[in-house]
Amino acid sequence: MSGQPRSRQPRPASQGRELTFWLLTRYSAVALFVLALAHFSMTHFIFDPAEQTAEWITQMRWNSLALRILDWSMLIIVLTHSFLGMRTVIMDYLKGTTQGVVLALLWILAAILVVLGSNVVLTLPMQ
Amino acid sequence: MARGTTLPAPRRGIRGAIAYRGGEGMLAWAFHRISGIAVWAFVILHVIDIYLVGGNPAAYNELLQIYASPPGRVMETLLGAALFYHALNGMRIVVMDLWPALTAYHRQLWRIVWITFFALGLPGAYIILKPIWELPK
Repeated sequence: MSGQPRSRQPRPASQGRELTFWLLTRYSAVALFVLALAHFSMTHFIFDPAEQTAEWITQMRWNSLALRILDWSMLIIVLTHSFLGMRTVIMDYLKGTTQGVVLALLWILAAILVVLGSNVVLTLPMQ
Repeated sequence: MARGTTLPAPRRGIRGAIAYRGGEGMLAWAFHRISGIAVWAFVILHVIDIYLVGGNPAAYNELLQIYASPPGRVMETLLGAALFYHALNGMRIVVMDLWPALTAYHRQLWRIVWITFFALGLPGAYIILKPIWELPK
């Protein structure tokens, strides 16, 4: 990375995993620009956090299959984007064995969150 | 950045983490990284709290009261600011990556980011914080 301006991650020069991750970060960024900002607007401006209780979520929001599919897609896209971003951060500051260990922990955490999030969005019974 | 230009190598350690050649590009990058890590941390919390909707609804509702409390709303506003800055600056990055010629206008894009941030963000912050002084004690 030395000799490169750091205002953003430069596009990897060669084909392969790094380029795939770089492109994936950008495609998911465009999707999240719409999805995450719409999600934040809905949950913080249109509705107030105080009214979105567990009952409200199961009876109103997740009573719609479309909204469940949307929420699950958002979960997968946000985890992809944020964990690829953290991978970049970790690889910037840590090297060698430490980097390998922390990256392994990062992927384990990502897998746990995929399971927890998918479990509640996809398996909680419809009311 | 012209090919063949030699730049100093990034500094290591804390100084290397926060200091890099100055200017809008460095600030944009530093804020992008800080806000990105903050939103990532919230995503972890958010997946766990939403898991409670199925796993322990009473605990979720208790947590919701903390989120909706005055300090919770201040944190919520900071989260919104981090998310909104990261989203806007992220689009600036995507624009420059897809149309490299536009990198020459990165300062103008940077200004658009901040104008949009405050034009839409301040009314948003007002909506989130309003219940603090409107709700009965």
